[in-house]
Amino acid sequence: MIGKRAQDFINRIIVLLLLFIGMLVVVTPLAWMMISALKSQDAVNTNPPQWIPTEQVKVQVNGKSAFLYNIEVDGILRQLALTNKEGSTGTFVNPEKPEEQYQLPVASGTRATRIYFHWENFVLAVTKVPFFHYLLNTMIIVVFGTLGTLISCVLVAYGFARFRARGLNILFLILLSTVMLPPQVTLIPTFILFRKIGWYDTLYPLIIPAFFANAWDVFLLRQFFMTLPTELDDAARIDGAGPLQILWHVILPQSYPVVATVTIFSVLYAWNDFYAPLIYLQSESHWTVALGLQAFNAVFTKQSHLLMAASALMLIPPILLFFFAQKLFIQGVVVSGIKG
Amino acid sequence: MKLERLNLRNSGVKPASKPRSLRRQEALWAYILISPWLIGFVIFTLGPMIASLVLSLTRYNITTAPVFILFDNYIKLFTGDPKFWHSLGITVRFALIAIPLNLVFGFVLALLLNQNVPALAFWRTIYYLPSVIAGVAVAILWSLIFNPRFGILNWLLSLVGIDGPGWLASPDWAVPALIIMSLWSVGGGMIIYLSGLQSIPTTLYEAAQLDGANSWQRLFYITIPLMSPVIFYNLVIGIIGTFQYFTEVYVITATADTGLGGPAESTLFYNVYLYSNAFRYLNMGYASAMAWILFIIVLGLTLLVFRSSALWVYYEGALRK
Repeated sequence: MIGKRAQDFINRIIVLLLLFIGMLVVVTPLAWMMISALKSQDAVNTNPPQWIPTEQVKVQVNGKSAFLYNIEVDGILRQLALTNKEGSTGTFVNPEKPEEQYQLPVASGTRATRIYFHWENFVLAVTKVPFFHYLLNTMIIVVFGTLGTLISCVLVAYGFARFRARGLNILFLILLSTVMLPPQVTLIPTFILFRKIGWYDTLYPLIIPAFFANAWDVFLLRQFFMTLPTELDDAARIDGAGPLQILWHVILPQSYPVVATVTIFSVLYAWNDFYAPLIYLQSESHWTVALGLQAFNAVFTKQSHLLMAASALMLIPPILLFFFAQKLFIQGVVVSGIKG
Repeated sequence: MKLERLNLRNSGVKPASKPRSLRRQEALWAYILISPWLIGFVIFTLGPMIASLVLSLTRYNITTAPVFILFDNYIKLFTGDPKFWHSLGITVRFALIAIPLNLVFGFVLALLLNQNVPALAFWRTIYYLPSVIAGVAVAILWSLIFNPRFGILNWLLSLVGIDGPGWLASPDWAVPALIIMSLWSVGGGMIIYLSGLQSIPTTLYEAAQLDGANSWQRLFYITIPLMSPVIFYNLVIGIIGTFQYFTEVYVITATADTGLGGPAESTLFYNVYLYSNAFRYLNMGYASAMAWILFIIVLGLTLLVFRSSALWVYYEGALRK
């Protein structure tokens, strides 16, 4: 018999081991993306894959570039440049002293490699396409969409949390049930509507709907507002404050965490959204980063290193946002049950 | 952290003993405050719902006026369009495998993290990370990982002597590849389970332990019953989400040689086919009919899950009181 403590210890080791394996599964794709983004074109599609970006070293000998080889000369391993090749024999030159030459079988040496990070891939990825233009469009949608979401959802949630009126409970249930509604059901008429009023191929269809509140964020905010004590509201009311003043001076100052959570989710949503930009934005000058990246994907299929650099650039903002505001994220997910 | 339950009655407002004029004023304010949603609901939800129902009875390509054809779209979908059934089949098969796998993996992960492990915050962060970065970039990343010749997945398989399949390039393996991809972001569900697990009163476990229940018994008689509302919630959301599956397929296949929904239409998910009808062939009426069929399916499934939940979902209200 093993004692209970030993058993607990073994259990914990097993749990940690499983978690560690899971972590490898989660992290490896992201690590692979970063590694690929830093490779040269030759190194990106190799079998077996290269886990450290390396490349073959070239040196200048007498004004010509030549591959550097690790090769044995008289039992000593040297680094020499291959300047000429005839059959299986090559002319190997000491790059520091070009007059020092050897005739050796090429097969006896291997090309010298070095670790090299091609940081310029990131520059190439953003200069081969009008990346900053995409970024500007995305930022416009992010800023105004988030603003609209915050204003409308705070007002609506405040209405549902603190006021009583006939039919309000039913309306709240209707609001909640819209979460279950597949967006395709409203998609086509909405698309036709935006076309009819001339908003096709503008950013408006991606911004204006945010000003009309959405069920997730209203629910999240309402749940939070309901946990706030009403005594402060009453005190403010006795002092003559109106409903909007109470919202601004009493409720909102207590609600920073939930407002921040809604902001984060809204920013993230606008940043990642693909479907709406795809159907509404036609001209490249209106594209968002997500659309631009998809176009990049189509054009640079064979240049995986640039593709990975561009993808990494798209992932870095959400990852940073997540690391800085982790607690808010997790609380938001937990309260509203938002998935993903 | 506790799972907040929806509580309609207890809205934090004192019972009304106010004069009628004040109550009327309060009601007026309520409606003013919720008006953004109310107006938006009419313009962007209710109106379009009715409109798409009407459109589904027409032939309409945006440029010319819609022509009423009654139920022809529905009849054609059900009897004359093998692609419709094909896309429905793919979606259902994906849902039947991906949703249970996501539920199980998410739940097991949450159980592991609930074991009093060191550095909980660290693990939680790592596992939740993939859920934050959904979208185009992730799909591009995975299409590289699944590359049959240079992808790291087949390289890993080759290390253990398995000759990896063609994944996204193979009609048989494209959907399994997408399922694997979906499992990568299982951490989103995990967070919800974890908070549910943490709100189970420890006294229950202590009592069970005193009664001699082993850890499996505690799992099956305490944890899973108490977690069933959360599992149920994730199930409903998972079903709805599957029918919206689009971005990954579009990014991976739209520009490939095999075309959107390829290879050999093996990834022609319901929403992908709907998109093609609406925005590639401009069959707005036909696509609206598809949207309404989808709506009925999702509604039916949701009701079914709600109904059946009486059999297996345990709400803890009775226990607490």
